[in-house]
Amino acid sequence: MSEPDQLAMSTPVAALAKVRGEPLTELPHDLYIPPDALEVYFDAFEGPLDLLLYLIRRANIDVLDIPMARLTEQYMEYVEVMRTRNLELAAEYLVMAAMLMEIKSRMLLPRPVMPAEDGEDPRAELVRRLLEYEKMKLAGQKLDALPQLGRDFLQVEVWIEQTLAQRLPEVNVVDLQDAWRALLVRAKMTQHHHVAREELSVREHMSLILRRLRGRGFAEFGELFEPARGVAVLIVNFLAVLELTREGLLEVTQGESFAPIYVKLAHAQSE
Amino acid sequence: MLSPSEVKVILEAALLAAQEPLPVAELRKMFEDQIDADTLRMLLEELREAWTGRGVELVATASGWRFQTRASLQKFLERVHPERAPRYSRAVLETLAIIAYRQPVTRGDIEGVRGVSVSTEVIRRLEERNWVEAIGHKEVPGHPALYATTKTFLDDLGLRTLEELPPLEDIAKSLDLTQIPTPAPQPAPDESAETAQTSAV
Repeated sequence: MSEPDQLAMSTPVAALAKVRGEPLTELPHDLYIPPDALEVYFDAFEGPLDLLLYLIRRANIDVLDIPMARLTEQYMEYVEVMRTRNLELAAEYLVMAAMLMEIKSRMLLPRPVMPAEDGEDPRAELVRRLLEYEKMKLAGQKLDALPQLGRDFLQVEVWIEQTLAQRLPEVNVVDLQDAWRALLVRAKMTQHHHVAREELSVREHMSLILRRLRGRGFAEFGELFEPARGVAVLIVNFLAVLELTREGLLEVTQGESFAPIYVKLAHAQSE
Repeated sequence: MLSPSEVKVILEAALLAAQEPLPVAELRKMFEDQIDADTLRMLLEELREAWTGRGVELVATASGWRFQTRASLQKFLERVHPERAPRYSRAVLETLAIIAYRQPVTRGDIEGVRGVSVSTEVIRRLEERNWVEAIGHKEVPGHPALYATTKTFLDDLGLRTLEELPPLEDIAKSLDLTQIPTPAPQPAPDESAETAQTSAV
């Protein structure tokens, strides 16, 4: 197992972190990271596989021919430094350390005489895991690079005025008459002593309306009212219209919703 | 009988007004299934071409057709609504990649690949986004949930099928894939600084 005396360096990078106020302008050589900077780096690793990959890729080691002794030694240095600095060390890092140790020791032992049985490189499983992890790590970056709804583009939505579609209940003149009549009935029941006076004025207005209509046969609903005379008169006048209608003397018609309402004498045509 | 251009105008209106992707089957209902699916797809393609070069584009995703703004315009649109969508952590992205490329997988499978335990938080974030879901349980002791990606995941990334995911790289061949979170690479310093020292401990 040939191991290089020194691990080749890859492209240096710039200010990564500050150690005691001094900018650290390049990644440490030969897998060694000063303890002060380690905390910074450590957070950046997603676990022991990520750390191992970093060590391997950083030194341009061929993944398929990992120098186990050196890698294990340097990995252990990391773990040791992390422990002495009281960094909370995830159990996975220790498990990986044990695995590295085991692979290393198996490689140091003499090869079994029967290679067919146990001929597999002790590193094979580690390499398989490293490659699979690296694949997924890069795949994650690629997924992140894809344009994403909400982040990189938006769904187009044309505003539709939903309230236009809202259906309102339909009310016609007869409903209105019924409502007024019901009110009138209730008013009669509860305020009996007022009724006589109102009845009189309603009767009076009924006559006025009939008289007003006699000449021309019909009028627009609004024309029958004189707002200037006050609310009480308006109500009485309205009651008069309803009463005349109820007694079949008047006909109230409306062509369609919100069209003008016309009032005419019921027997205008026959007269 | 509607002319093709009339049909296209109707499709355009329906897709612009829709709040989510519309599948061809849904679009056919507008024509009381009088137009067959292949014809509709052809007209949708024509409509897509008609919109090229505009601020929005018509795309086909896993759930159907959708109008969306062009990704290249996002930097302008963001100035109107400055709150930026947060990016996912590496833990989330790696977990998502494993589920997307290796589905269906259990949490144990994910941990096996990543070499660290997968926090509930990571899975929950992906589930909240409705990108992954448990689609069943593995018939092994403990009955762990099997996770897979959803249609929404494909829709949100503008993909029609999982086959459109970026291909996995054959990594053993490539070198120097160092991906430590760093600022942009700087000009190389002088070579003397490169003299390697063996471990200092």
